[in-house]
Parts: sequence; C-alpha cells; structure tokens
Amino acid sequence: MAVNEESLKMNLLTVSTSPHITSSESIPKIMWSVNAALAPAVIFAAWHFGMPAIITMLVGVVTAVATEYIIQVIRKKEVTINDGSAVLTGLLLAMCLPPSLPWYMTAFGSFLAIAVAKHSMGGLGHNIFNPAHIARAAMMASWPVAMTTWTQMTTSVDVVTSATPLNILKQQGYAKLIETFGDASNMYQAMFLGLRNGSIGETSAVLLILGGIFLIYKGYIKWEMPVLMIGTVGLLTWIFGPSGLFTGDPLFHMLAGGLMIGAFFMATDMVTIPITRKGKIIFAVGAGVLTVLIRLKGGYPEGVCYAILLMNCVTPLIDRFIVPKKFGARR
Amino acid sequence: MKELWSIFSKGILMENPIFVLALSLCPALAVTSSVTNALTMGLTVMFVITVNNMTISLIRNFVNPKVRLPVYIVSIATIVTVAQLVLQAYFPLLYKALGIYLALVVVFAIILARAEVFASKNNVIRSCCDGLGMGVGFAVAMVIIGAVREVFGSGTFLGYHVLPISYDAPLLLILPAGAFIVIGYLIGGARILVNRIEKSKA
Repeated sequence: MAVNEESLKMNLLTVSTSPHITSSESIPKIMWSVNAALAPAVIFAAWHFGMPAIITMLVGVVTAVATEYIIQVIRKKEVTINDGSAVLTGLLLAMCLPPSLPWYMTAFGSFLAIAVAKHSMGGLGHNIFNPAHIARAAMMASWPVAMTTWTQMTTSVDVVTSATPLNILKQQGYAKLIETFGDASNMYQAMFLGLRNGSIGETSAVLLILGGIFLIYKGYIKWEMPVLMIGTVGLLTWIFGPSGLFTGDPLFHMLAGGLMIGAFFMATDMVTIPITRKGKIIFAVGAGVLTVLIRLKGGYPEGVCYAILLMNCVTPLIDRFIVPKKFGARR
Repeated sequence: MKELWSIFSKGILMENPIFVLALSLCPALAVTSSVTNALTMGLTVMFVITVNNMTISLIRNFVNPKVRLPVYIVSIATIVTVAQLVLQAYFPLLYKALGIYLALVVVFAIILARAEVFASKNNVIRSCCDGLGMGVGFAVAMVIIGAVREVFGSGTFLGYHVLPISYDAPLLLILPAGAFIVIGYLIGGARILVNRIEKSKA
C-alpha cells in the first residue's frame, strides 16, 4: 500500500497515548538540582577537611562517571553521563566516607555503586537499593579498619578529636562526649555548624538542611520523609536514654552521624522508596527506628546506612500493601 | 560411545549443576573462600555423585517407587560417610576446614536430583557417565568461584601469593555476601555462553 508519508504528517493530528500533559521536569534537571543542593556541604567539606576530602570526592565522581560511560557503551545503551545521576551517586558516596580514605577504596566503592548496584539491576530507575549506600556497606565490609579511621583535622581549631562524636558516645559514654566539646551548648553549636569529625559530607547539619529545604521547595522531595525520619530518631533516643526513660539527648542524636545527609538525600531517592505518601511515611519512620536500634543496641556506632538499605528491601512490600484508592472509587 | 560422551559433557557447561541448574548453591557460597576448600568439596561431591548414581542404577529395578527417596538417602549417606572417613584419616586439615559442610553433602540437591531424574531410569554405565559429568561440572564451578574469591579476596591462589603483597584485598569477597555477587555474575556469564552455543547449534 503506497501511502504518502509526507501528506500523512501534514494533515493528520498527532495521535499518542496518555498522559498528554507532561511536566517540564526531567531526569537531568532533577539530578543537577540535587547536586546543586549538595554544593554548599561539598564546599564546606573541602574547607573543613582540606585536600584529602577534595581528592576523595573527585575520585568518587570521576570513577562513577567513567564506570557509567563504559557500562553504557558495553550495554549498547544511550550514554547518559550528562544527566548528573552518576555524578550524584559518586558524590553522595564520597560524602559518606572518611576524608583520609585511600583513593583506590573510593574508586572501588564508586565502581561497585554504578556497576553492581545500578547497572546490574537494570540501570537508572531499576535499582532496588540506594547505590551509594550499597557501596558504602560493601566498603565497610571490605576494609573495616580504614572505614572507621578518622584522622585529625587540620584546618579547624574548634574541635580537636580523632573520633566521631558517635564513636566517643559508643566507646566512652556521654560524659566524655560533653567533655570533648567543653560543654553541651558548645557541642550543639559545633555539630550544627559541622565543626566536628566525621564523614566528608555529613558534618554540617545546617548546610544539609538548607540543601534539603531547596529540594523541598522545588518539589523533588516530600517534607514528610526527612522530618519524620529525623523526628523518629529524636523521639526514640529521647525516650530510651542512657539512664532510664526520657533521659536521652535527642538533639545530639539528630545532629550526629549521617542522619542529616541520610534523611534529606538518601531516604528521598525517588527510585528506591515507596511511591505513595503513606508508604513514604512508613519508610521514613521505619528507617528512623532502625537507625536508633543500631545506634543504641547494635555493634556499629552509626546505623543510617544500614537502616535505609533495610528499608529499601521492604519497599516493594510496602508498595504492594499500600495501594492508593482508585480515582472515583468509594471506600 | 558418542552418546556416553554427550551424557558426560552436558554436565560441564550446558547443564552445569551450579551455573545452569542452580542446584547446590549452599556449598558454592559456604566453602569457596579458598581454592583448596572448593576443590576438595568438588572432588568429594564428584565421588559421591558418581558412586551413588551407579548404586541407584544397579538397584533401580528392585526398589519400590514408594520408598525410593529413603533408599536414595541411605545410599547417599553411606557413600558420604565413606568419603568423610577417608578425608578425616588422610587429610585432617581439609576435613577440619570443610567442617559441617562435609556431612551436609548428604542433602545436596544435585546428588538426589541426579539419582531421581537420571540414575533411576538408566543403566549403570550411562549413570556413571552422568555422575562423572555432573561431578566434574560441579568441581569446575566450585574452583572457578573459589579462584575468583581467593585471588581478589586475599591475593593468593592455592595459598601462594599471586598478587603483590601490597594488594589491599577487599574482605567483601571472602564474606558470604561477596560469594553471592561472584556467583551472580558467573551465572550471568554462563547464561550468555549457553545461549550462544544453543544459537549456533540451531
């Protein structure tokens, strides 16, 4: 049948399947926005930890992008290294690592995040687990000593300690923790601003919150998730304090460790969390409960990474049980 | 002769117990952290599966089908006990390294599966070839997994350093989690190979 294609194109209306109304949002736009939201914390980390942190972040990002490029060429897929998702994975991973980590460990983790946790699962949008956290957990299992070695900071004079606050709390107790910082208000101030030891990007609570607020304002993440996750951690650590009920220090636990970066940037990763609002709430509260459980009862000082990975596991289950009401359906 | 060869060779790649049939993944995870352990386990299973296939094939006409499973298990358990005692007597270190997994050979799915699907329906020689092929396939798969995990997880092969001493091995590969990842990729690789062979035959 000889159909004149030109005339078809000119005369017929465009026929397409729904949805017909699309938003202007795209993957690159969202991903680069998240990268931008991380930028203040990145710059602060570069100033706070100096050269080692800059190297770790560079290695993380470059390895992630290179791995993404190579695998997409091998898989004969469109190369999408410009959409910012590989940059984001590498950056998020580097921000969860100790600043003085040897570069090959960072490279290994970054490769693992993209190759194993992302592309082996089917690529962007198909991964079950947060790639950056999978890589961090794998590195934690691979080099337990290096991953928990926190070298002395050089640039900051306010805090002189070679352990993270959560490590001090776990090993030497709360009194010693206060002593390290001088007094309680000093501690809160240092932890809020980020003048403490810890992973590269997790220290500055205020800059991470700013980035998070930017993302909430843009509508890329829902405010319920970080608020509920951090709130759950605060509530539970307050209730189950060291000396009986309601004696805990919620403010410290909310500011400590990777909770801020975890709650704002990891637990809100669109791919690995439930779709519905109710499901997201369950996810956030569950991650908070698991974090507290690991911090207070577990062997590790910090549990945000494992809490989020464990909740990633049950995400398909949550999505199956929380079915949104069909439009127009009656209860 | 050609038929016997095809029975033998299908166990090595096309129906490899671990990579294609995905049976007996438990030992593939548990005892492959070094090549030595993997090889010992592979050879033990090869011995057990071959002897058991022959035994089952010999008695296949006398056993009432209703009680065949208990009979198979008794036969396997006897042969495993023999293997266990031999290892304990001559290779006490390996015996210790394999530990509980040696006794667990009794319940490896692949051994019972071959008795059920092949040996109970075929004569002794064919069953022997099938057992040998499956055993070789199992041993090869175990050694491949063990080699990947040992070389990259501790920088050694059969206990000798093959990578420079400065190689900072990721512990992950020695842990069971690493075994899952390695086996996953090896199964993927075997799948590609099998698909290619099937395509070229068709």
